[in-house]
Amino acid sequence: MSETVTLGKALNLGLRRALEADDKVIIMGEDVGKLGGVFRITDGLQKDFGEERVIDTPLAESGIIGTAVGLAIRGYRPVCEIQFDGFVYPAYDQIVSQVAKMHYRSGGKVRIPIVIRIPFGGGIGAVEHHSESPEAYFAHTPGLKVVACASPDDAYWMIQQAITSDDPVIFFEPKRRYWEKGQINRDEASGALHASRVLRSGGDVTLVTYGPMVRTCLDAATAAEEDGRSLEVVDLRSISPLDLGPVYESVRRTGRCVVVHEAPSTISVSAEVAARVTEHCFYSLESPVLRVTGFDTPYPASRVEEEYLPDLDRVLDAVDRTFGF
Amino acid sequence: MGKGGPGPSPDFVQLLSPEGVRVEHPEYAVEFTDEEYRGLYRDLVTVRKLDAEATALQRQGELGIWASLLGQEAAQVGSGRALRPQDMAFPTYREHGVLYCRGIDPIMPLGLFRGVDQGGWDSQAYKFHMYTIVIGAQTLHATGYAMGITMDGKVGTDDGEAVIAYFGDGATSQGDVNEAFVWSSVFNAPVVFFCQNNQYAISEPLERQTRVPLYQRANGFGFPGVRVDGNDVLATYAVTRKAMDQARHGQGPTLIEAYTYRMGAHTTSDDPSRYRIASEVEAWQARDPILRVRALLVREQLADDEFFADVDETAAKQAVELRERVLSMPDPAPLTIFDNVYPEGSPHLDEQREQYAAYLASFEGSH
Repeated sequence: MSETVTLGKALNLGLRRALEADDKVIIMGEDVGKLGGVFRITDGLQKDFGEERVIDTPLAESGIIGTAVGLAIRGYRPVCEIQFDGFVYPAYDQIVSQVAKMHYRSGGKVRIPIVIRIPFGGGIGAVEHHSESPEAYFAHTPGLKVVACASPDDAYWMIQQAITSDDPVIFFEPKRRYWEKGQINRDEASGALHASRVLRSGGDVTLVTYGPMVRTCLDAATAAEEDGRSLEVVDLRSISPLDLGPVYESVRRTGRCVVVHEAPSTISVSAEVAARVTEHCFYSLESPVLRVTGFDTPYPASRVEEEYLPDLDRVLDAVDRTFGF
Repeated sequence: MGKGGPGPSPDFVQLLSPEGVRVEHPEYAVEFTDEEYRGLYRDLVTVRKLDAEATALQRQGELGIWASLLGQEAAQVGSGRALRPQDMAFPTYREHGVLYCRGIDPIMPLGLFRGVDQGGWDSQAYKFHMYTIVIGAQTLHATGYAMGITMDGKVGTDDGEAVIAYFGDGATSQGDVNEAFVWSSVFNAPVVFFCQNNQYAISEPLERQTRVPLYQRANGFGFPGVRVDGNDVLATYAVTRKAMDQARHGQGPTLIEAYTYRMGAHTTSDDPSRYRIASEVEAWQARDPILRVRALLVREQLADDEFFADVDETAAKQAVELRERVLSMPDPAPLTIFDNVYPEGSPHLDEQREQYAAYLASFEGSH
């Protein structure tokens, strides 16, 4: 069964299917019930599954995650919504000290199969704290798995895979892409949760990205083609663990690699990718690994956010520069 | 209110005076058999003895650190014995007495303090979660677990389930504890918040955490708060029993403030002489939780010298056994640091493990 839906609707359909598949799955967060979430990702779910399975929580993020830990110990599989990226920090202690470490501390005897959904990234003209990309904080934490979906089909399947996983998963959703449409295949998942994927083949430069920048990089590849350059685009999909096998394979062919994300560059996902690509593909590289990222500033005011966000032109500029070495 | 603690009043539940004399209370009473009175005494003496042994083990370098329960035996034994088998407990890192009363092997938490593990047990199997060191974090876990009990339909009957969350006076300043109060209140969760107010958060006195008596905080959250003499095992039992039974019957949370005193240091790394005076400690010695039960047993002829000797002897034997078992705890093998990071594993971590194994193997045969 194939149909065209928005990324937001695909998440909604995936959550619905997860709720149907396992009655231990519960959704909890601020405004997720009657309102259906501020982005309507949980639209209609409380009506169909009840207030005990789709829970409007008090307004305190540490409380959401901390009580989810207790529910997980009890045998539930909580799917927590953090309303915006910039509001996850009050829950940071519970995520990093409790969710991430419980299985390790218990010697493998206590599992915390929680999914924490976080809409992330900019581009929607929001006020401060609503456009951040905090994925590196979580990817730096052993015990957490971190993923980012980029297309409706991935949104539909990855959310279900994250929920059935016994690992705690931080699930980043590219909020500026919530309204973009694509095909979903409801019969079969197109890949494993933690597998990266080559979305477009090319022989000149490898673009590595995830989340909202996937669309930007695909557009850049289309534009580059008109200039006679063939770009390969890899969607990491999983940020922790990274699946860099396809990236190494690609870079060994292209000799050039550009990593793209919205988050600031310092101590970032792109820093990790660059280090590992350099280690694994050293003799194949024709140029240093370059990065196109947000700047090392706080996320700026929305009227200048387009300056901050990597776009097609900045990606192509970096591609050009890989030929300058 | 002075450091000697509040006197008898309706707001301070006491059933046994420091002198070992029974005190009537309009709401609370205990009905124990003679054997049960003796059992409580035995528990109190045993947990103090095991605790002293652990402190000694730390002093001898066999434990990295120890958080002593000295002075808080009645709060822990009373509340611990008040739990029913189906109840769940979420401790801090000092609830060795509760753990013992739950029938759990006292060796279990010692791996953490020796540094050979970080807890390592199945919370559900023991109905006793692992120790939590981040202050107050476990109160949210307890609340979530209690919400799960409600969702499972396990409240509203005599065999319903309830949860007890332990924390200290310092923790009441934590956001997590206040969030747990909000959550438990609005979801009417079957959880009892058991605050052992031992007067100090390491060096900081109660006055640095609060301007109102802690049990009164519950009013603002919409559930009852009770202050109990934390050095009175009968009162802590009665108050906890009632609160837990109310919770299991669907009447929601209670905050219990067990008013007690940390007779020892915060941990073996602490030096309380820097922040409190000896006379204060002496004043609390007169309120010792064990002596008053012994006085009761003697006065009411519930036990004889032979019993008291046996209690001491048995506890001493248990302490020796504990010591031997601590000394024989093996250090974990180096590569176990990679175990159990993820239930479903990680290829990246597998790679790191292999690389480190190869590195270690490269030294084999060398001197």
